[in-house]
Amino acid sequence: MVEAAGIPTLCMTSALDITQAVKPPRAVFLNFPLGHQTGKPHQPDLQRRILSDALRAFETIDKPGTIVELPYVWDEHDRGWETTDYTDGFLAERPAKIDADAAEAERRARFGEKA
Amino acid sequence: MPVEYIPRTRELYRAFAPYRWVVNTDIPPWTPLGKPLAQAKLALIGSGGILYRDQPRFHREDATYRLIPKDAMEADLDIWHFGYKTDDARRDHNCVFPLARLRELEAAGVIGEFADPAYSFMGGIYSARKVREELAPRLADELKSAHVDACLLVPA
Repeated sequence: MVEAAGIPTLCMTSALDITQAVKPPRAVFLNFPLGHQTGKPHQPDLQRRILSDALRAFETIDKPGTIVELPYVWDEHDRGWETTDYTDGFLAERPAKIDADAAEAERRARFGEKA
Repeated sequence: MPVEYIPRTRELYRAFAPYRWVVNTDIPPWTPLGKPLAQAKLALIGSGGILYRDQPRFHREDATYRLIPKDAMEADLDIWHFGYKTDDARRDHNCVFPLARLRELEAAGVIGEFADPAYSFMGGIYSARKVREELAPRLADELKSAHVDACLLVPA
């Protein structure tokens, strides 16, 4: 809506699938846990680099809907954050895809909506 | 492997009717940046639930926004959001609302000007309609009256 009003936008996201679905005009993806879209706490140098890299996308992205992935890694030695719970309200452990799909199908049936 | 948040959000709203994701298949709107970033006035909009001093807190389904002075200090800021772990962002708001970093980039000439104020809302809004029909047009109007050249969005 902002872009349509004539103001170029850039979206700094850590949720790749949602951003792919929503398709903002320009986006950069940082594969950090939610709540760190612009960096880790009290690491101003890292935050500044992430932000500078991201802002470059205003000048480099020339195709609407492009998502640029930034090369930063949350923890080189542990990717465990990607599979464990880190947000209140979510299930403690992420169910396997087959279980998640079954639960979703059951729910859609319950609410009378086709997938 | 990037985390899949769409299945996770289904978990979060599992008591509700199936969530209708916003899926845009059309080519998004496009406005080129008409000048170098170093000459551009850049606005910040964050949906991490940032609050300034005694501003009223957000609540669920809240489609209002707050104006955050760009010179706000760490001690002036608070967060109300239920949809992400806010511990780190509370300790350092620059994790999701990079006021200090944008001030520095302005001083360093990387951006022409950091627009004052910045804009904050709480992104855990179930109704996409409310965002589309109420919140987004209001923010777009704010940015137009502030004559900004570009806008950085930090969803949370």
